[in-house]
Amino acid sequence: MIWGVLQFPGSCDERDALHACAVASGEPARLVWHESRDLGGLDAVLVPGGFSYGDYLRAGAIARFSPAMEAVAEFAAAGGPVLGICNGFQVLCEAGLLPGALLRNAELRFVCRQAELIDERGGERLSIPMKHGEGRYYAPEAMLDELETGGQVAYRYAEGHNANGSVRDIAGVRNAAGNVLGLMPHPEHAVDPLTGSTDGLKVFEAMARVAA
Amino acid sequence: MSVEISKHRELGLTDSEYELIVEKLGREPGDVELAMFSLLWSEHCAYKHSRKLLRRLPTEGERVVMGPGENAGAVDVGNGHAVAFKVESHNHPSAVEPFEGAATGVGGILRDVFAIGARPIAILDSLRFGELDSLRSRHLLDGAVRGIGHYGNSIGVATVGGEIYFEEPYEHNCLVNAMCIGLAKTEDMVRAAAAGVGNAVVLMGASTGRDGIGGASVLASAELGEGDEAKRPTVQIGDPFEESKVLECCLELLEKGLLVSLQDLGAAGLTSSAGEMASAGGVGIDIDVAAVPLREADMEPFEIMVSESQERMLAVVEPSRVEEVVAVCEKWETGAARIGVVTDSGRIRVLRGAEVVGEMPVEALVDGCPLYDLGPAEPEGWIYGNRQTLAPGASPEEELLALLGAPSIASKRWVFEQYDSLVGSRTVRRPEAADAAVLQLPEAGNAIAVSIDGNGRRVACDPYAGTIEAVLECVQNLACVGAEPLGLTNCLNFGNPEKPVPAWQLDRAVSGLADACTALGVPVVGGNVSLYNEGPDGPIYPTPVVAMVGELPDPAQVAGSSFVREGDAIALLGPFEPVLAGSELAKQRGELAAGLPQPDVAAVAAACATVRDAVRAGRLASAHDVSDGGLACALAESAIGAGIGCRVDLQHLRERGCSPEDALFGEGSGGFLVSGERAALEALGATPVGEVGGAAIEIAAGDRSLSLPLAEAESAWRSLAGRVDSR
Repeated sequence: MIWGVLQFPGSCDERDALHACAVASGEPARLVWHESRDLGGLDAVLVPGGFSYGDYLRAGAIARFSPAMEAVAEFAAAGGPVLGICNGFQVLCEAGLLPGALLRNAELRFVCRQAELIDERGGERLSIPMKHGEGRYYAPEAMLDELETGGQVAYRYAEGHNANGSVRDIAGVRNAAGNVLGLMPHPEHAVDPLTGSTDGLKVFEAMARVAA
Repeated sequence: MSVEISKHRELGLTDSEYELIVEKLGREPGDVELAMFSLLWSEHCAYKHSRKLLRRLPTEGERVVMGPGENAGAVDVGNGHAVAFKVESHNHPSAVEPFEGAATGVGGILRDVFAIGARPIAILDSLRFGELDSLRSRHLLDGAVRGIGHYGNSIGVATVGGEIYFEEPYEHNCLVNAMCIGLAKTEDMVRAAAAGVGNAVVLMGASTGRDGIGGASVLASAELGEGDEAKRPTVQIGDPFEESKVLECCLELLEKGLLVSLQDLGAAGLTSSAGEMASAGGVGIDIDVAAVPLREADMEPFEIMVSESQERMLAVVEPSRVEEVVAVCEKWETGAARIGVVTDSGRIRVLRGAEVVGEMPVEALVDGCPLYDLGPAEPEGWIYGNRQTLAPGASPEEELLALLGAPSIASKRWVFEQYDSLVGSRTVRRPEAADAAVLQLPEAGNAIAVSIDGNGRRVACDPYAGTIEAVLECVQNLACVGAEPLGLTNCLNFGNPEKPVPAWQLDRAVSGLADACTALGVPVVGGNVSLYNEGPDGPIYPTPVVAMVGELPDPAQVAGSSFVREGDAIALLGPFEPVLAGSELAKQRGELAAGLPQPDVAAVAAACATVRDAVRAGRLASAHDVSDGGLACALAESAIGAGIGCRVDLQHLRERGCSPEDALFGEGSGGFLVSGERAALEALGATPVGEVGGAAIEIAAGDRSLSLPLAEAESAWRSLAGRVDSR
């Protein structure tokens, strides 16, 4: 499975994501420059963390208009698996590929810590780090009910781990078709026991099942 | 003449320095020249009160790839790779405007590291503020932490460690020292020396504005005082997004071999960068200010030459490669302007189009500043205040709680959780998990450890012994994770060197640093000096911040500082002779006085080697050096981290002549607290003192024996967050 990782000016985690994709799939991953529309030969796309274009207007608000994101929208519409992590999640929400929005953390501070997540499909507990200043998931009540009914809530923070004040402890969501996933915690930083955990690989495996 | 004199004084030059400039030029300097000389002859750029002292430091070593004089020092880590590192102060800007001051401090040190072709992989920070009960200190702490996080998080470089002390003498003049570590292929590294007559000088990155004009001379080379609010325009404004693009752009240019040399623009802007590049290369440079992209069209030539606008780099490029360089800059959406040319004149010429607006010999500008001898005088006794905060007759439990809750000792989680400590996937030991940060280097097949230290209070007690202790603390921290020192850098934060006492403190501290490094065989690969750190009540504590990088062969064999298993033995190792002098307890009792015992460097080095080897061999479950708050605090920290108590008897220290109080709370170099299997600890020559277990910290120490529930100790140690956010 060949992953492509988008790179915007201001991306921070793209090299970590490349490495994690390669570890998870066993095949080298490829960077996709923000001005490129070429996703040819890719089986899945990852929109990485960071501060795309400086995030000066609003996190993800500028990146959604990039040529690469236009191509990602088409790729997703055709059923291709797309994973957005942190800033990537924000970009996917801004682009309308995922429901809801990410607001400033409830305590108005950046927070970096290991978090426990619950995989809503099967209830498995994952240890994956979070690090963001704008990660408080929000959607209107009616939409939240719909997401829950439709099985679109992918991950929730375990009790005591919702450090950003996300509504209903939501850490990650899917689109209705199930091929686009976004989450605030960083599975690409959890693929090596030496740096803390390998639970992030399970998120990549879930995406591989979408591709299959 | 009288008008001119008042002008040079305003710019911080003395009358005799001005006369020397006239002599070297053979005429009176014009406005542009005077502005440029005043900055490069400032304390901040010329090191005129410290350069003679710094010659004492040992700078050579087998692993040194780049030493003092380059943008950053670098050491060989094997497999064709080098680790670059440097620490620099941004004290006065942070005291005036903490968010931007600290943010641009981080931005500046990052540029120093990628200027030599190394990709920044980690940031550490050493911060000093007044006591936490001061509203001003909480404001400065909050602003500095937000600023560091803003810049480091946004640019995607992990902040992996640091230290913070809160002491009254920093109330007016806080310290913000930022350190950056970078990794480079040795063959891709580049020096700052300009070369090749006829080569183009290209200014890359952000445009040039009026921000930060006079930062180096007005802010960094004089004492803070009344009216500092008015100095806010001299503080630079950071833009981490621009720096992120410039960083990636420069690394791509170097990888493609398109640059002859590269230099960042920091203090004194273009003046300093062009001057230093020309000086290092023994050439001249012509700069056309009309070619510099400006934020405001009506800027004067002198403003363009001294602006400290951030996120700019200066490169020397062969004329045939300029087009390719511009193309890479365009890809990264950052600026590139051909603003000058390398000449054989040995002079810096500033032009506006065809008109020459300034011209001076490089030698006079960069190396012509007179160096001054200090007039040191040892003060009689303790010159700083004493404030008693601990009631007389406190029980040992109350004392331990007061120490664990002291902001300088308490957990800094509130701080480090605001920093991304993970990006880059190298962080094997996160903040507070071990005594030093550990970063894996898959490129070299090993790992490095980094520690930054400098207890100003102890240096104030004895500048010579206190500085040696700071070096030893770093070596001990590295030993606890199994690392051996490769090199050291430092930032010397002191008061006004023209006054006898700060001069004496600086002189003694540099001697201590030199003697410790020589005895340990650790080369000093770079450094930074920040003087004139004073408030209305006098100088700050003399604060040499020491930063050390060490190597460890296997990132999987690293000990943590917390106990691991119930039932493990606890032992003490090393030439530890704790006393209350200069300790946190002495501070809280209001009993600080001049004088510290002299550390035995050779004995500490031997203990470090023992611990290092044991960690690498996997024989220790935990290793923690005994530092602030003494053995009782070290035990509490190891226990809190594990969530398991301990039972310890300090009879052994008392047999060595320590009083019960010294044994519990005394401080000094050379002590290691280790845990593991009893037989393994005894085989190292460590003295067993107890075992891991229970839900309390129980320490037998004669008439000062104590027993404290772990939960109470933890709640005191974790009390920082609640107190910072209280307004």
